[in-house]
Amino acid sequence: MKISNIISRRNRILLRELVVTDFKLRYQGSVLGYVWSLLKPLMLFAIMYVVFVHFLRFGEGIPHFAVSLLLGLVLWTFFTEATNQGMQSIIARGDLLRKINFPKYIIVISSTISALINLVLNLIVVFIFMIFDGVDFGWTALIFPLTVLVIYAFSLGLAFFLAAVNIKYKDVSHLWEVFLQGLFYATPLIYPLQMVMEFGGQFAAQILMISPIAVLLQAARAQVVGHENVITADQLSSNPVFLAVPYVIIAVVILAATVYFKKSQGKFAEQV
Amino acid sequence: MSSVKDHKEKAIIVKDIHKSFKLPHEKGSGLKQAILNLARGNTKSGYDLQHVLKGISFEVEKGDFFGIVGRNGSGKSTLLKMLAGIYQPDSGSITTHGSLIPFIELGVGFNPELTGRENIFLNGALLGFSHKEMEAMYDEIVDFAELHDFMGQKLKNYSSGMQVRLAFSIAIRAKSDILVLDEVLAVGDEAFQKKCNNFFNEIKKDKQKTVILVTHSMDAVRRYCNKALLIEKGKIIAAGDPNEVADEYSKQFIATNTTSIKKKNRHGTGEVMYDKLVLKQDDEWLTLDFDIVNKSTSDYTDVTMGFDFCVNDEIVIGNDTRFMKEFKSGIAIEAGSKKHFTLKFPNNFGNHAFSLNTNITTGLGINVTDHMRPALTFDSKHVSYSDAWKVLSFPEIHEG
Repeated sequence: MKISNIISRRNRILLRELVVTDFKLRYQGSVLGYVWSLLKPLMLFAIMYVVFVHFLRFGEGIPHFAVSLLLGLVLWTFFTEATNQGMQSIIARGDLLRKINFPKYIIVISSTISALINLVLNLIVVFIFMIFDGVDFGWTALIFPLTVLVIYAFSLGLAFFLAAVNIKYKDVSHLWEVFLQGLFYATPLIYPLQMVMEFGGQFAAQILMISPIAVLLQAARAQVVGHENVITADQLSSNPVFLAVPYVIIAVVILAATVYFKKSQGKFAEQV
Repeated sequence: MSSVKDHKEKAIIVKDIHKSFKLPHEKGSGLKQAILNLARGNTKSGYDLQHVLKGISFEVEKGDFFGIVGRNGSGKSTLLKMLAGIYQPDSGSITTHGSLIPFIELGVGFNPELTGRENIFLNGALLGFSHKEMEAMYDEIVDFAELHDFMGQKLKNYSSGMQVRLAFSIAIRAKSDILVLDEVLAVGDEAFQKKCNNFFNEIKKDKQKTVILVTHSMDAVRRYCNKALLIEKGKIIAAGDPNEVADEYSKQFIATNTTSIKKKNRHGTGEVMYDKLVLKQDDEWLTLDFDIVNKSTSDYTDVTMGFDFCVNDEIVIGNDTRFMKEFKSGIAIEAGSKKHFTLKFPNNFGNHAFSLNTNITTGLGINVTDHMRPALTFDSKHVSYSDAWKVLSFPEIHEG
C-alpha cells in the first residue's frame, strides 16, 4: 500500500470508475434519483427536529441548536454510511475479486468516497439552512474541512478493519449495527452536551467525550456555529491526557486497520 | 542485474508452487465456530485441507501460446488464478516479466443494471483504460460487437451472446504483454467463434504477446498452442508438444464411468436386465458398452431398449430401439443367455452434467423388466458448441 501505488494511473482510473458506478446505481430505479441524497437527510432532520426540539425541548435556550443538530446528523450519517458500506464492500465485489487481480483497498476507498460525495451534498443543504438561521461564521469555520478530513480518515480506518474481519466472520456486521445504535445515543448528537452536564455533571460529559466520534462531531459543530454554543472537549478539562485519548484511539485504529488489512488481503479472493 | 539477460525471453517462471484450500466442515463462517474451536483448544478442526496444487514448475517464453489442460478439478483454474495474481501460492514462486492482464473471464465487472455503454467504460477501467481512451475506442468496439442499437439498454436485457460479443470486443483492445484466458472458446455462436479464431491466429503470429489459455478443447490446443501442459490431481503429468499433450489428455478420458447400479434406482420385473454398463468418452465419441442378460427361463424375441439423456432431470435427448430399422420388431434373446451391445454417439454433448436413464421391455414396450433411473451420471467434457444439439442424433448401435 505504497502512496505511489494509490495514485498510480491504473488505480486512479479504476477508483474513478467504481465511484461513478456506485453513485449511478444507488438511486437507480427511484423516481427522484439523486434528489434522494438531499431529501433523505432533510426528512430525517425534520422528524428529529419536531421530536427533540418541539416535544422534548432539548437544546432550549441554546442558539442555533437546530442547525447544529442537522450538521451533527449529517456527519453521523456519513460515519455510519462509510463504515457500513466499507465493511460490506469487499464481499459485495466478491465476483470481481475472484476474476481479476487489482488492489483490494481501492474497493474500500471507492465505497467510502461514495459516502463522502453524499456528505458534501448534504453539507451544502446544511449551510443553506445555517445562512437562513443567521449563523455568524467565524474564522474557525475554515478548520471545519480539516475536521471532516479527520472524520473521513477515522471512518476509512474502521472500514478497512471491518471489511477484513467481515470476510472471515460475518457476525461483525450485526455487531457493528448494534454498536452504532448504542454509539448514536452515547454521542451528544440529538441532545446537547449542556443537558448531560446539567443532569449528570461534568464527569458524565467527560466520559462521553472519550469517544473519538463525539469529540470530532462537537469540534466540527463548534467550528461552524461557534464555541459559545457547542461544548468541546477542551472546555470540559485541560488535562492533556484526556484531550489526547480520542486522537490516540483514532491513530491506533487507522494503524492497526492498515496492518491487518494488508496482512489479510492476499486471501480475500479465496475467502470471499 | 546479470540475471536479467538469462530471463530476457522468459515471460513467466513458475517454481514449485503448492496450494491448499481450507474447506469448512459446516456451512457459513461465523464467530460461533471460531469460539467453539478455540474452546476445544483446536484451531484446525473446523476445516478440511484440500491440496489442490502439489509442486508445479514450468516456464513460459515470450511469444508462446501456452495451453493448460486438465479435467475438471485437476487444479488448472487454480493455477491460472495464481498466474493472474488472484490467489497467492502457499509456497513456491511465480515470476512474470511484462504487463499481465489478469483476465480470467470475459466481461469481468459487467453490471446488469448499467447500460451497454456504461459497462464498456467500467470494463475498460478494469483493463486499465481511462475514460478518454475508451471514448476514442468506443465506436470501434461497438462496430466490432455489432451492437449499435443496444448501447443505451441495460445489460440485463442483453442475450448472453450479445454480452459475450461486447466483452470480447473490449477484451481484444487490451494492450498487455501477457494474456491469461480461461475457457473463452466455450461460449458464443459460430460467428463469434470465427472472430475468436481470427483473434487467436493474429496473436499467435505476434511474437511480442504471450498467451496462457486454459481450455477443454483439444482442438484449440492443437490449433493455436505451441506448448501445452497437462495437469492431473495437482501435478503436471505431461508437458511440451501440444499434440502429445492433447493425446495424453484424450487418453485420460477413456473408460471414465462404470456403473455401480444402486438398487433404489432400479425397478422392473427382472426377466431381462442390463449388466456391466460402461461409458467411455473421448474427443469424438461417447461410447456405451453393455450386456443384456435374460435371467428368465423363457426365450424372448420382442425385447426393446430405451435410453434417455437428462440434464437436471429433464430429458434432453432420448430414443428407443423400436425406432431403429434393424430392431424395429424387437431383439431376440434366449433364456439364460447374454448379449453385448455398443452404442456410439458423436460427442457433441457440450459441457454439462448428464444422467442417463435406461430401460428394457418385453412385448415391445408392454412389460418393463429393468428400468434404471439413472443408470449412470457423467460430466460431458467435449467443448464444441457450434452444433451441439442438432447433431446429437441417435446413435450407431452394434450388436455383439
